[in-house]
Amino acid sequence: MKNRVEIAERLAASGYIADAELATAVSLMLMLKRPLLLEGEAGVGKTEVAKALASVHTTELIRLQCYEGLDQSAALYEWNYQRQLLSIQAHRGDDPDAVEDQIFSEKYLLERPLLAAIRRDKPPVLLIDEIDRADDEFEAFLLELLSDFQVSIPELGTVKATAIPHVVLTSNGTRELSDALRRRCLYHYVDYPDVDREARIIMARIDGAGASLALQIARMVEGIRKEELRKVPGVAETLDWAAALIGLDVRDLHDVPETVHETLMCLLKTHEDKSRVTREVSERLLGKVA
Amino acid sequence: MSCCGTNPGYEELDEVSRLVSSRLAAFLKTLRDSGFAVGLAEGLDAAELMTAGYAAKPGLLRSAFKHLFSARKSDWEKFDGIFDAFWLGKRVRSRSMTTGSSRAANNPSLKTLADGQRSGGATAMDQVPSTDDAGADRADEGRMEGASRAENLAEVDFRKIADPVQIEEAHEAAARLARAMRTRLTRRDLARRRGCRLDLRRTIHGNISHGGVPIDLVRRQRKTKPLRLVMLLDASGSMSMYTGVFLRFIHGVLDQFREAEAFLFHTRLAHVSSAMKEKDAVRALDRLSILAQGAGGGTKIGESLQTFNRWHAARVIHSRTVVMIVSDGYETGDAALLGREMAALGRRCRRIVWLNPMMAWEGYAPEAAGIKAALPHVDLYAPANTLNSLTALEPYLAKL
Repeated sequence: MKNRVEIAERLAASGYIADAELATAVSLMLMLKRPLLLEGEAGVGKTEVAKALASVHTTELIRLQCYEGLDQSAALYEWNYQRQLLSIQAHRGDDPDAVEDQIFSEKYLLERPLLAAIRRDKPPVLLIDEIDRADDEFEAFLLELLSDFQVSIPELGTVKATAIPHVVLTSNGTRELSDALRRRCLYHYVDYPDVDREARIIMARIDGAGASLALQIARMVEGIRKEELRKVPGVAETLDWAAALIGLDVRDLHDVPETVHETLMCLLKTHEDKSRVTREVSERLLGKVA
Repeated sequence: MSCCGTNPGYEELDEVSRLVSSRLAAFLKTLRDSGFAVGLAEGLDAAELMTAGYAAKPGLLRSAFKHLFSARKSDWEKFDGIFDAFWLGKRVRSRSMTTGSSRAANNPSLKTLADGQRSGGATAMDQVPSTDDAGADRADEGRMEGASRAENLAEVDFRKIADPVQIEEAHEAAARLARAMRTRLTRRDLARRRGCRLDLRRTIHGNISHGGVPIDLVRRQRKTKPLRLVMLLDASGSMSMYTGVFLRFIHGVLDQFREAEAFLFHTRLAHVSSAMKEKDAVRALDRLSILAQGAGGGTKIGESLQTFNRWHAARVIHSRTVVMIVSDGYETGDAALLGREMAALGRRCRRIVWLNPMMAWEGYAPEAAGIKAALPHVDLYAPANTLNSLTALEPYLAKL
């Protein structure tokens, strides 16, 4: 598994067309047992890396979506209070110690993603998505978890990792991450794919996309990305657009400039951008697509 | 560097020749000097990589080291150059330099600006400050020593502070002020938190000991997002006598305030947050001098804002962001573009504060086309030519 070429091939087989450097990153992840921090603009396929990684390892993907105010009870574990209360009511009159032991047992523990990730037999892929949206405090807590891979639950004791998960963190850069967290991780900057890679992505993901059409679409998207836009379309948008074109039975973009312009709504997501890419602009861009 | 070879846990290191491990240590030092946060653990991992066969292929090793040592995008972008220069002996210019003009010597470097040099007269035209008199200024350093200088300085226009010691004091004061502002703003935020809604889940949890009877109520507190400051500093020739103080101010804010970003512009825009995060102010300014080399003279505020709106705004601006532009508003580009971009910026952020040090000058009126176009979109237009006028900003920001 440490062979980079093999990793690249297996990523490709799972539908993720990686650049050479990403394959290196993945092989380093396995070798050095460090988390991988992915940064890049929205929509360049950061999350997809984790999904592909899970399929490469044929293991489970556990995802933790970060948001402001995310805390331990949503990320790590929580007691099932309602059940605990029911149990207390049901065992009224019993030995209090026995009841306490019972309500703080595994059965009443709700596993959240982080705890789940360290308690699997087979190391899963743990995706911590958009870590920059979480608060500073959570980041500090995460740092501790990522270095020790153990969790202490006061009522239950310390839970040690049965297997060290493959951790992938993504960030959109809305907030500066701490140096400590950055240093702990391997870093990879995910850029928009070049025309060639984007065309291969389209072919890998969309059924019925021929090589020439995929290349045309990729070139067109590259041209659009160079326009002054408020929201630059990501890879997901490209795939949407490709799917739309193929659904409309388009074989060559030059045959149907009308359709091309009308389906640009798949790529342009604000009114401002939509009005900026006028029919003339889209025809000019199409003209550049060989 | 003792990070390789001394750890008994890494016997494999013996396989790496002494030469290679000492070269590796030297490389780590080079990286640290270039601002990479590289620690002991990274050094050990790097040594492990070299023994694992990565050393055989330079391209592979570079890619592996790049992932290991980079911690942010700026690292990522300059790493290849540093690696090639060190290991392959290529003469590669640092990537953080501007690719535009190589006439660096003629351009105002921020180092010289920050050293407190005042260029010529108070004419407002853009000009390339001569670097000669900066050295002359330093020659008579250390004459004036005053214990209560700071108070006296509070009302003095920055451009009138000539003595190097006083300049240093003004810089220190600006940095202190920035730090104090940050603390006060945050504290006020905390005090404003008040729980209004009941947190049912936690209430039940907290009252399990009462058999579930809710006696102690847990309330949900709304956490206010801290105010984020985005600072855009005009580093053109016409602003040169103020740039030094504002750089120190920005450095002070960024130093501890995590929700802050800084940009410099003259003819183009440079994101300088990471360079400014250097703890040592002098070193931070050193790093900036590389970033700040612009192409030719003039101030293209409109174009710089356009770049900002296009590439940075989505990332650095949220609903509680105050954009602070420090500029004299002398636009040498298209004033209409400046107006349009200001409007676009105004739609995105909470407030735009425009600090114009020239505003307090006698007889100054916002006549320049640039500032005229920008003013309709500005929420607060204030002078910022003395320490007191900088302090006066704080209550305004605290209210937001």
